[in-house]
Amino acid sequence: MSTHAEPTGVEPDVVLRLTDVVKTFPGVRALDGVQLEVRAGEVHCLLGQNGAGKSTLIKVLSGVHRPDAGTVEWLGEPVQFANPQAAMKAGIATIYQELDLVNDLSVGENVFLGHEPRRFGFVRRGTIADRTRQILGSLGHEEIPARRMVHALEPAGKQVVSMARALSQEARLLIMDEPSAVLAHDEVENLFRIIRRLTAQGIAVIYISHRLEEIREIGDRVTVLKDGRTTAENLSAAGTPTSELVSRMTGRTIEYVFPPRPEEPPQTAELLKVTNLSRAGEFRDVSLSVAAGEIVGIAGLVGSGRSELLETIYGARRSDTGTVELGGRKLRAGSVGAAVRAGMGMAPEERKSQALLLGEPIYRNMTLATFSGLARLGFTNAGRERAEADRIAGSLDLRPLDVRRAVGTLSGGNQQKVVVGRWLLGDTRLLLLDEPTRGVDVGARAELYRVIRRLASEGVGVLLVSSEVPEVLGLADRVLVMREGRVVREAPSHEIDEDTVLDLVMSGSLMEGTPA
Amino acid sequence: MTLSEGTGLPAQSPPVEPAKTGHAPANGGQKRSWAGESGESVARNLVLVGVLVALIVIGAVTQPELYSDSTWVWNNIVSILQLASVVGVVTVGMTFVIIGGGIDLSVGAIVALAGVWCTTLATQSYGTVGMIFTALVVGVAVGLVNGVLISYGRLVPFIATLAMLVSARGLAAAISGKQTQISSNSFINSLASDRVLGVPLLVYILAVVAVAGWVLLNRTTFGRRTVAVGGNPEAARLAGIDVKLHTMLLYGLSGLCCGIAAIMLTSQATSAQAAMGNLYELDAIAAAIIGGTLLSGGRGTIVGSILGVLIFATITNLFAINGLSTEAQNMVKGGIIVAAVLVQQFRFKSLTRFFARNRATTAG
Repeated sequence: MSTHAEPTGVEPDVVLRLTDVVKTFPGVRALDGVQLEVRAGEVHCLLGQNGAGKSTLIKVLSGVHRPDAGTVEWLGEPVQFANPQAAMKAGIATIYQELDLVNDLSVGENVFLGHEPRRFGFVRRGTIADRTRQILGSLGHEEIPARRMVHALEPAGKQVVSMARALSQEARLLIMDEPSAVLAHDEVENLFRIIRRLTAQGIAVIYISHRLEEIREIGDRVTVLKDGRTTAENLSAAGTPTSELVSRMTGRTIEYVFPPRPEEPPQTAELLKVTNLSRAGEFRDVSLSVAAGEIVGIAGLVGSGRSELLETIYGARRSDTGTVELGGRKLRAGSVGAAVRAGMGMAPEERKSQALLLGEPIYRNMTLATFSGLARLGFTNAGRERAEADRIAGSLDLRPLDVRRAVGTLSGGNQQKVVVGRWLLGDTRLLLLDEPTRGVDVGARAELYRVIRRLASEGVGVLLVSSEVPEVLGLADRVLVMREGRVVREAPSHEIDEDTVLDLVMSGSLMEGTPA
Repeated sequence: MTLSEGTGLPAQSPPVEPAKTGHAPANGGQKRSWAGESGESVARNLVLVGVLVALIVIGAVTQPELYSDSTWVWNNIVSILQLASVVGVVTVGMTFVIIGGGIDLSVGAIVALAGVWCTTLATQSYGTVGMIFTALVVGVAVGLVNGVLISYGRLVPFIATLAMLVSARGLAAAISGKQTQISSNSFINSLASDRVLGVPLLVYILAVVAVAGWVLLNRTTFGRRTVAVGGNPEAARLAGIDVKLHTMLLYGLSGLCCGIAAIMLTSQATSAQAAMGNLYELDAIAAAIIGGTLLSGGRGTIVGSILGVLIFATITNLFAINGLSTEAQNMVKGGIIVAAVLVQQFRFKSLTRFFARNRATTAG
């Protein structure tokens, strides 16, 4: 693809230029006019809230998706990568959050995976080891043995191996998706040292992080995305005030139609009481409560421990310490059955892998938690199940309204309605919602919001986790902000705004942050 | 007597219909009750019926003289059914285990252990009830041991049941002292020899087990849990289903089927020994797979599995009446397993697309 690799001197610097890039998926305009310019040897930071289009952009750059419109220029030439291998061959390497290493191969074998040096069809193990050592040395990590198994390495070491793999293919642009998320604090410094070595060799880095302090330290320029659009280009990473960066990310233009909050405040009858709940490495000393009829929202980044907290309250994970009480009765730790019997329901984060039987009909998915109750003497009552599911499907405005259809044929929003509908069938008193609108189009979102609000008005308590700050603020009566496994702020939602929440989750500057 | 062994049977061929038609109405009911999925599994089962018919036609074409004798034809049907009965019962249990996301390699060994245990002189002294009770309890108990190891010991099903395969047969050899134990119980021996309406009792046992299995899978909470646990264990768990307990019970159920099969096999041979039921695990798994059971769990039908067993029995029979070797037979069976899976993968995808399109146009 790239025929002339040498800098011509006329425009020496720019390796990558995106102009008006658009990418749509059914029902979503994921990228809607992205501009991006990356120079050789710079660390270019991408900022944006969840759903702003960063992941899609990465996938376009790495050849996973092809843009629908706009141009991508790589080394001065317009390109269209047919697949990830093509992008890699052209010199663009991506390091994802979940490192794509093979745990049971050695460091060297991972570095050269898929492009092993060979002679007569035999892999040249010695060459691999030598060249791996050389590359690791250039990263300042000659202490990692090339023949060590990858599973024996710490996360930080694995990240170094990922980068070595990129270098082994002579990458000229390295895309790093929240590389610091898997690292401890002191390891981040080391990561930055490596990045500086890379840029000194003229390699460009696209660095994605939610942590402003990191961007200030390592970044050269910043591009901000919002709703799939570039809202600010090539800002100075060090010089731009935080308030300006945050304001470019907030005030999203997507129409969030939130149902009105009830006139009178929700009842004060405490429904859920969580006391000092902890799980090693996930969250610590979390106490919270949810009243009947109240919607409580938890805001925080992926990795802040929100989903783990929710699953622990539900009993899907066993807490190390602390208690969960529902309606005054203490629940057995680590027992979903106990939680469900006590009247809890959960719509988990990963709809398809955690909630649905995709090949099974809608009604069976809806009654998955209640079919035993509808059965007589162990015999299921399909007629009654369908009638109940029909009723719920009608009230949720499920489309299409045929509960015998396989749930896998529904759109994301309607699948989510099925998951929520599951808990409307029983005597659910507390509903835990983890990212209820992920992958749901705008119209279906508004409907889901209405459903959630209506449930609350009927006395159900709702505990909601979402990466989308406007969603938490717009829907919840009370907001908890989580960062690094702790609740750093709790406030009624009308007393806290989007900028404050973002600032809290990204830098913690408004609180004396004590990381877990 | 396993399906992979050729048995010098009389003559053969066509109407294997009885067992199949027995299930057809039930399946029709299933179709009425939830269109999507079962529309597809009905289609899949119809293909299997087509294969059966084709095999019968091949028999009739290759051995026209035999087929002109209606007495011979009837006897041949009966011999196919009898051949299918024991493995059929094991396959019903296996189908549950596989739909539930597991695998049970120990079924043949459990059959042997249950058979040997229920024919010791000591057990036989307790009479018919004692023998039957022993076989069933041994089957269930060994199955539950599998289940406990898999659910609570977190062993991979393949490993746990492989270990059980080895040790259960070892225990059977130890109990029997490697001797063949003759069954002198006339009731048990009569199951294979006595006929009602011209059909051996063993075939009725298979029919009862198959119908019970169908009801259990399609009409009870146990069956619903089985599909949920196999289709998406995490979703089942988060819906409050006790996945571990259910998984354990599934292996117990498989063991129960093995206990029943042990009695049937003992009856056929009027004896038991540690080598009985050899390779039943392979026959049962193959029949279930041919019948459309997804090896990764969550999907499968009893009707399909029974059709799978009948297809294998018919092939064995077809080779026998044509005087062909067991070797050739086994090669053909291997090919059929592969072909069945390939065809189903293809059909599953294209059918799913077809249904999706159809729906999209009609749903508007």
